[in-house]
Amino acid sequence: MSHGNGGQKSVKTDQYSHHDYYKIDDLLSEEHLMARDAVQQWVKSEVSPIIEDYANRAACPTHLFKGLAEIGAFGPSLPTEYGGGGMDEIAYGVIMQELERGDSGIRSMASVQGSLVMYPIYKFGTEEQKRKYLPKLGNGDFIGCFGLTEPDFGSNPSGMATNIVDDGDSYILNGSKMWITNSPLADLAVVWAKDQNGDIRGMVVEKDSKGFSAPEIHGKWSLRASITGELVFEDVRVPKSQVFPEVKGLKGPLSCLSKARYGIAWGAMGAALDCYDSALRYSLERVQFDRPIGGFQLTQKKLAEMITEITKAQLLSWRLGVLANAGKATPAQISMAKRNNVNMALTIAREARQIHGGMGITNEYPVMRHMMNLETVLTYEGTHDIHLLITGMDVTGLNAFK
Amino acid sequence: MKILVCISKTPDTTSKISFVNNGKEFNSEGIQYIMNPYDEWYALVRAVELKEKNGGSVTVINVGDVSSEIVIRKALAIGADEAIRVDVVPESSLQVAKEIAAHAAGYDLVLTGKETIDYNGAEVGAMLAELLDLPYVSFAFKLEKEGEDWLVSREVEGGTETLKVGGPIVLSAAKGMAEQRIPNMQGIMMAKKKPLNVVASIGAEKGSVVASHEMPPAKSGVKMIAPDDMDTLVKLLHEEAKVI
Repeated sequence: MSHGNGGQKSVKTDQYSHHDYYKIDDLLSEEHLMARDAVQQWVKSEVSPIIEDYANRAACPTHLFKGLAEIGAFGPSLPTEYGGGGMDEIAYGVIMQELERGDSGIRSMASVQGSLVMYPIYKFGTEEQKRKYLPKLGNGDFIGCFGLTEPDFGSNPSGMATNIVDDGDSYILNGSKMWITNSPLADLAVVWAKDQNGDIRGMVVEKDSKGFSAPEIHGKWSLRASITGELVFEDVRVPKSQVFPEVKGLKGPLSCLSKARYGIAWGAMGAALDCYDSALRYSLERVQFDRPIGGFQLTQKKLAEMITEITKAQLLSWRLGVLANAGKATPAQISMAKRNNVNMALTIAREARQIHGGMGITNEYPVMRHMMNLETVLTYEGTHDIHLLITGMDVTGLNAFK
Repeated sequence: MKILVCISKTPDTTSKISFVNNGKEFNSEGIQYIMNPYDEWYALVRAVELKEKNGGSVTVINVGDVSSEIVIRKALAIGADEAIRVDVVPESSLQVAKEIAAHAAGYDLVLTGKETIDYNGAEVGAMLAELLDLPYVSFAFKLEKEGEDWLVSREVEGGTETLKVGGPIVLSAAKGMAEQRIPNMQGIMMAKKKPLNVVASIGAEKGSVVASHEMPPAKSGVKMIAPDDMDTLVKLLHEEAKVI
């Protein structure tokens, strides 16, 4: 994988405009609409012209980290005194939506930095840890990553093998983590590991710690503009001052995942909106049998179902945002939205690809890229199936996981 | 230094344009509005840059109803310090210029975009200068402060011209004056706290009213000619397109 600038810029103008069939904008505040427009403007000027080229080369546009920080996409709902934006959860949602409208990989960069790195440090860290890391993560000086998933423990994180052993002022950390967004670039990692009592503990591990490496995972057909790697710990000495003092057990990492999954529920709508927007425009331009293909019933069925599903997802996400603002969104409610919206987006991407015909498989249009990205989004941050079981457990009270 | 920037809202460039009421009224159904790009990218951003460099304040003024406020907030998010909205629907350039002139005294610099992207009048700046009895420079693409004077560059036929103007001036901004600046989340949050003063119209005369609008005739479809059929292509270019 290559990084940085120097790619080819697309000459095609990004003609996207937002779709709001049920006038849900009336439910949003001026601040939400301004945040959405600002990020959309940023995506049009910084992401759309380069994203096909970077995705095609499987290269990460690392220069966008600073841009994401400048527009305020890292931790927008965290307090301003710690480098956040002081915004509400709906504003965070619309920011994620617009980033993923550009590309799921770009949204993933921001999700990880904000929800999985800044949020746990803010929520569980000591005052010293907050002061040391949060402002620099917020302004993009530091890139962070989040280590929970392991090669042998994906849907079952409580079985993790990564562990820490008490050694005076420090712990000795051993183990490995897998599928870690941003890890090869990261200056620091929020790592979850079991202590000698079997409790899961969180800690901040810095890049230059001896015995710590973060090799890149190659060969992805999805999220190709996002960099993914492992985290490998061989007798890494972690000072006790780097460990989150209070939080113990799976609720620590799961609370971060709830934040990130909430953002994904909104983000997936962005990918769906972009696919619908492209398919709608193409259906009106592409002429077969002497008329635009948008005039044919089977094309209209696809488009009508797309905007219906998008509208349902918009209402679901808005309501989830209202609950989140009141501190009342449950993890199970977040699971339902993540599962529904990602699946909805993937279905729309596939239908949109059909409307585009052969052009749909090229990088002249964004749909195939979104489709391939969404295949990852369907199973990361809790698989499609596991989220179903969370809903199942929530409504029956019976655990079907094991 | 006190700077006043005149901003207006215009339909988004991707809008489908149509008219109602026998062509007298613009059909605003389903239209998304943006800040006029010449006002935003060039006039406002340059004003904010000058404030950041030299100190002072930037005030934006808009003539419009409450639906303009999202555009005004954006100007505050980009870096203006306060805003004035004159609460009346704009119907002519003269009316807008007179309404603005009533609030434009005491500024060192008054900026407009070179034109709006909907009606393309390019009139308000010149009218405003006349009403304020100030020098006016149109279509400026560069603006610098030099001592007590302004150095203003504008395009002229075949080249550029740089003018030295003393004292308060009115100026219309063209492409090149500044780079687009996207408001960040911090700016958006701060914009909520900045003053947006709504003032009543002075009831300025309109001078003219719209009799009607007409749409250009619909474009005919693209004709595809086979690559080996040069004769037909040349014939069509000669007889239909009349370009050769």
